[in-house]
Amino acid sequence: MAEQNGRFGPFGGQYIPETLMAAVTELEAAYHRYKDDPDFVRELDGLLADYAGRPSRLYYAEKMTRDLGGARIYLKREDLNHTGSHKINNVLGQVLLAKRMGKTRVIAETGAGQHGVATATAAALMDMECEIFMGREDTERQVLNVYRMELLGAKVNHVMTGTMTLKDAVNATMREWASRMADTLYVLGSVMGPHPFPTIVRDFQSVIGREIRTQMLAAEGRLPDMVVACVGGGSNAAGTFYDFIGEPSVALVGCEAAGLGVDNPKNAATIANGTVGVFHGMKSYFCQDEYGQIAPVYSISAGLDYPGIGPEHASLHDTGRASYVPVTDDEAVDAFEYLSRTEGIIPAIESAHAVAHVRKIAGAMDKDKIIVITLSGRGDKDVAAIARYKGVDIHE
Amino acid sequence: MNKGRGAARIEGAFAGGKALITFLTGGDPGVATTEKLIRAMDEEGADLIEIGIPFSDPIAEGPIIQDADERALAAGTTVDDLFAMVARLRAGAGGAAGLTKPLLFMTYYNPIFTYGVERFAAKCVESGLDGLIVPDVPYEESGEIKAVFEPHGIAIISMIAPTSADRETMIAKDAQGFLYCVSSLGVTGVRSEIRSGIGGIIEAVRQVSGVPCAIGFGISTPAQAEEMAVLADGVIVGSAIVRIIAEHGAESEAPVRAYVRAMKDALRAK
Repeated sequence: MAEQNGRFGPFGGQYIPETLMAAVTELEAAYHRYKDDPDFVRELDGLLADYAGRPSRLYYAEKMTRDLGGARIYLKREDLNHTGSHKINNVLGQVLLAKRMGKTRVIAETGAGQHGVATATAAALMDMECEIFMGREDTERQVLNVYRMELLGAKVNHVMTGTMTLKDAVNATMREWASRMADTLYVLGSVMGPHPFPTIVRDFQSVIGREIRTQMLAAEGRLPDMVVACVGGGSNAAGTFYDFIGEPSVALVGCEAAGLGVDNPKNAATIANGTVGVFHGMKSYFCQDEYGQIAPVYSISAGLDYPGIGPEHASLHDTGRASYVPVTDDEAVDAFEYLSRTEGIIPAIESAHAVAHVRKIAGAMDKDKIIVITLSGRGDKDVAAIARYKGVDIHE
Repeated sequence: MNKGRGAARIEGAFAGGKALITFLTGGDPGVATTEKLIRAMDEEGADLIEIGIPFSDPIAEGPIIQDADERALAAGTTVDDLFAMVARLRAGAGGAAGLTKPLLFMTYYNPIFTYGVERFAAKCVESGLDGLIVPDVPYEESGEIKAVFEPHGIAIISMIAPTSADRETMIAKDAQGFLYCVSSLGVTGVRSEIRSGIGGIIEAVRQVSGVPCAIGFGISTPAQAEEMAVLADGVIVGSAIVRIIAEHGAESEAPVRAYVRAMKDALRAK
């Protein structure tokens, strides 16, 4: 979708304090200067290949396909990237851009810790100072990722305000950026926030969809019928969808975190339950009350535990080009175990939401149909939390 | 551009010398206290009063006002409660005359948007508000609210930050009521020192803007108010007052009165 002035239809925009306008304007100018600059592109492509391990594999999940008895299922293995998720694609791009802009320090929010780990990693590689903001609820859910970030040389700030989750981490990072921007770039982790972030992050993640196209043409000689990805802010989904938006034969499906169920207040299903609002710099859908107070959302997955969705997804939903479906904690945990046992792949609990949806629909589809699931991350980080969820007592 | 009713009333607050603009979070710790404190601030010489609509995620606020928002929301405060409070203040009650000084809401955009922009504007007029400060709607996005509020005579206050640079002229030219000049980078709060560069910024914007300039963010002491009043037409005091309310809760009236009186005295000397 061609965006204008940072808008995707009515969504997007730059709803931020005046103090930050200079920072996003500087970022936008730098992005336009470097995104097609041959040296920048060469350096980024080199890092994606040699450091991150791209292209990631497209794996035919034969056992899962046979078990479900319908559509052929492929897994786009973003979990095999360095640092264990798709987050590295965007981070290498943004930190390289920060370097070109003459910045010496990067800051980032993180929910599950995947974006924080990726940012800390890129900062270590490119000699940048790094500070990560993470809600205390999440630092408790993801203790190992906190230690990982510190191991990589980042300072981790435990955010104690509000619901102490991802949205509060974003608030804290925005406040920090407003107080220090001359030497600092905010490396935002999803296709959200004020323009130009939704565009920049989507562009850096769109490598996922481009690779799926090439790999699928090589494997099957045609495009998939459906691509499926989990959606919090929506960066792996945006990266998966983008190359196929102009291909009407490819269905685009985003899987939202429904927590305890869409009818239970404890969920984070923004499209299912949200209304249009303006928050975190963008006009989009948000879980909120009748007075526009942002709702304290919930999901077992810290990475999807966010009350909003990126503006391009809001637009894809409104135009009907993509569809968004809710997946509960229980369904995601089942899928987490299912993929582990069926294919020997432990998915991130975020990605397990996409696996769960495909388990519901693949069996009813014809055997000549093809589904690609983007496995956005690996599940090592979630093992302890899932054990707790299942009532298993483990000690390290 | 014709000056709206609200913009003219807000400008009028600067007519009698250096203006003191005071802020408090509506409903912290309860609407009754806020109502009492607004009357008290009015009586002690505040020229213009800003009422913050508490928001779940106030990204431009420091810890003092963040906590106030949390207290107000925990008390169940809604924007409807605050509209009703403003209407009561304007009407006067219990022998007290109606409050005549200009009143502003300080609110993030989402509570306006979710309420319905047109409905919100109509309620502003009905209850007796004069203007709005919407810190997450910068110049580029302000068209969609100005188009609705201006016909109702409700002013949208523009902000200039230390980072505005070549945006200053564009923002200042369109300013209504007064121009809110942010003293420092970062968020609201109490600061021991305020950068001196703000004087240069105000000189520059005065070349293109006909409205008064007030400095906010970080001002807490009478000495700071005096210092800033040399540079500007008024000072905005928020976190320092909210900190008093945080300490004294429903018993804040006496200390808030004393504080506002001291700040106003400092400005009267200028």
